[in-house]
Amino acid sequence: MASDGPAVAEATKEAASPPGRSGGGRGERRVSPHHRTYLKYRFVAGFLAAPLVLYGVLVVSPFFQTFYYSLTDWTGLSSDFAFVGLDNFSRLMEDEIFRKALWHNVLLLLVLPVITLGLGLFFAFMLNVGGRHRRGEAVAGVRGSHFYKIVYFFPQALSIAIVVVLWKYIFNPVGGLLNGVLSAVGLGQWQQSWLGDPRLAFWCVVIVMVWANVGFYVVLFSAAMGSIPREIYEATLLDGAGRTTTFFRVTLPLMRDTVQTGWVYMGIMALDAFAVVHILTVNAGGPAYSTIVAPVYLYNKAFQDGQAGYATAVAVALLIVTMVFSVAAMAFGRSKDRIEF
Amino acid sequence: MTTAEPSPSLRPGDPEETAAALTKGTGGPRRPANAPGKDAGRSGGGTEGRTLNAFSHAFLVLWAVMAAGPLLWAVMNSLKSSGAILENPWSLPKRLNWENWSFAWNEANIGQYTINSVIVVGGSVIGTMLLGSMVAYVLARYDFPGNRLVYFLFVGGMAFPIIVALVPLFFVMKNFALLNTYHGLILVYIAYSLPFTVFFMSAFFRTLPSSIAEAAEIDGASHSRIFFQVMLPMAKPGLISVGIFNFLGQWNQYLIPQVVHVGDADKYVLTQGLANLAAQTGYRGNWGGLFAGLTLAVLPILVVYVVFQRQVQAGLTAGALK
Repeated sequence: MASDGPAVAEATKEAASPPGRSGGGRGERRVSPHHRTYLKYRFVAGFLAAPLVLYGVLVVSPFFQTFYYSLTDWTGLSSDFAFVGLDNFSRLMEDEIFRKALWHNVLLLLVLPVITLGLGLFFAFMLNVGGRHRRGEAVAGVRGSHFYKIVYFFPQALSIAIVVVLWKYIFNPVGGLLNGVLSAVGLGQWQQSWLGDPRLAFWCVVIVMVWANVGFYVVLFSAAMGSIPREIYEATLLDGAGRTTTFFRVTLPLMRDTVQTGWVYMGIMALDAFAVVHILTVNAGGPAYSTIVAPVYLYNKAFQDGQAGYATAVAVALLIVTMVFSVAAMAFGRSKDRIEF
Repeated sequence: MTTAEPSPSLRPGDPEETAAALTKGTGGPRRPANAPGKDAGRSGGGTEGRTLNAFSHAFLVLWAVMAAGPLLWAVMNSLKSSGAILENPWSLPKRLNWENWSFAWNEANIGQYTINSVIVVGGSVIGTMLLGSMVAYVLARYDFPGNRLVYFLFVGGMAFPIIVALVPLFFVMKNFALLNTYHGLILVYIAYSLPFTVFFMSAFFRTLPSSIAEAAEIDGASHSRIFFQVMLPMAKPGLISVGIFNFLGQWNQYLIPQVVHVGDADKYVLTQGLANLAAQTGYRGNWGGLFAGLTLAVLPILVVYVVFQRQVQAGLTAGALK
């Protein structure tokens, strides 16, 4: 399907040059307006055909099929199924494990952005404004901020699978880095079984996701801070404001849009968390469902338990939660007094 | 990010502006606005500045250690024997166990998984860029009935989580006999990367001047020729940026192959292979081999990242625009 694109384009190119035309002449000028319109539409159709078919078959149609199957008792194993109305959804309401999974997603949604964006803002501010004053300058970044950004951002470039496998072994009770560090600094009694402990496993998931994403926000927020005109900082300094004041009263309000974007981005990640939970935790969601999230639950239902219909109901529920979050984020972030600079 | 030049810096939240900034070349010094130069004055700005400076450095160093430490630990462990790792996860390797690396590459199949990933992502990135920029170009520069509809059909795809469509996708793939094939996975990657690519590139194409395309048209160039020979080369900065974004996104994808590409262990992509290796290490107990596998997976990315880190940062943060 992918190769259709160039092939069609090639054909268009051939047809567009009238036969027997000599040189790169002005043949196009003699083409009638009707023919020109025809050429234009043929070009548009030729360019859109292959991508639209691909997108329609692999993205749009499965998306709508999800709603359809969520009303059936389809197992996914055979092709026959019956309509059961909203049975799947009433079953969802009473499904303890699903409720737990969704709650974990919501908890991630509340906790992750606060920690990650908070740390991102803090480090970005330190990098950009935390340095010593240079002569005649209002603000200064720390020495080596470029280097810090490279190091911080690197985990973001790594595959999430690499990050998670690495952390799986950091948390390992025997031979893991974390317990090793604790015993090395004399805190041996704080050693834990981490992922094996139902009270701690969820927070291990949080730690991994924060670790993997902070660098991204440091770079994003640094870029936003860098675009704030320094005259504003100079004026603030003349008015005698300290750096904490500067941060909360000047920097943060001016970065509102970027922080909001970051919030939405992190929120979408919190509603997913599939790879982290699936690879990191004991039995993908354990121990005792203490780390299960909705996407992992959906996956297990569809591809292990043979309950494809029920799994699509989980998908619809997840979509609704995502929509609510997006609408809320947009409504919350609508600022009446946008500051231009 | 530069204050010396008047050019608008990469400001997230506005794709057109980003696109405009990118057209001006990602080259040039991109130091943070107020990074101190080499000649940073020694006349400190009062005690507050000095304390804060020390304070901020302490935190920055701490996080740098936390960010780099685990990776260095993995590299170190990749050269130790499993027994030595379990005995003391901290100690330096007594002798260099390079056989861990050959175990990871050959027996744990990391070599095969890497090749699989290269095949799939190579095909899908090229396909994504080609189809994505074709759609974006037509939508950005041609007026036709249904233009807005097609645009929102594509861009609307950014709003919903992939997992919503995955169960039916599995059966669509099954019906087309695309499960567990390279080309099937490539097509899925392309399809799911189109929304952002179309969104980003159409904003980009709108910022390009139309005078050159018009001149080519007067000279008798066909529509497709204008696209391939005039507009596409002009869009190179945008293509690089969104190309890096797509490359990393597809290289790191775990959920999609885990649904449509699990049938044949020899065809696993690298992310699946690593997860598989980690799961097996539990009972096989070759810890050194696991860390060697991790290191082998990290190294190529590290090299690409160090060489292209500016573009990688720009390309990935461009993703936050959506």
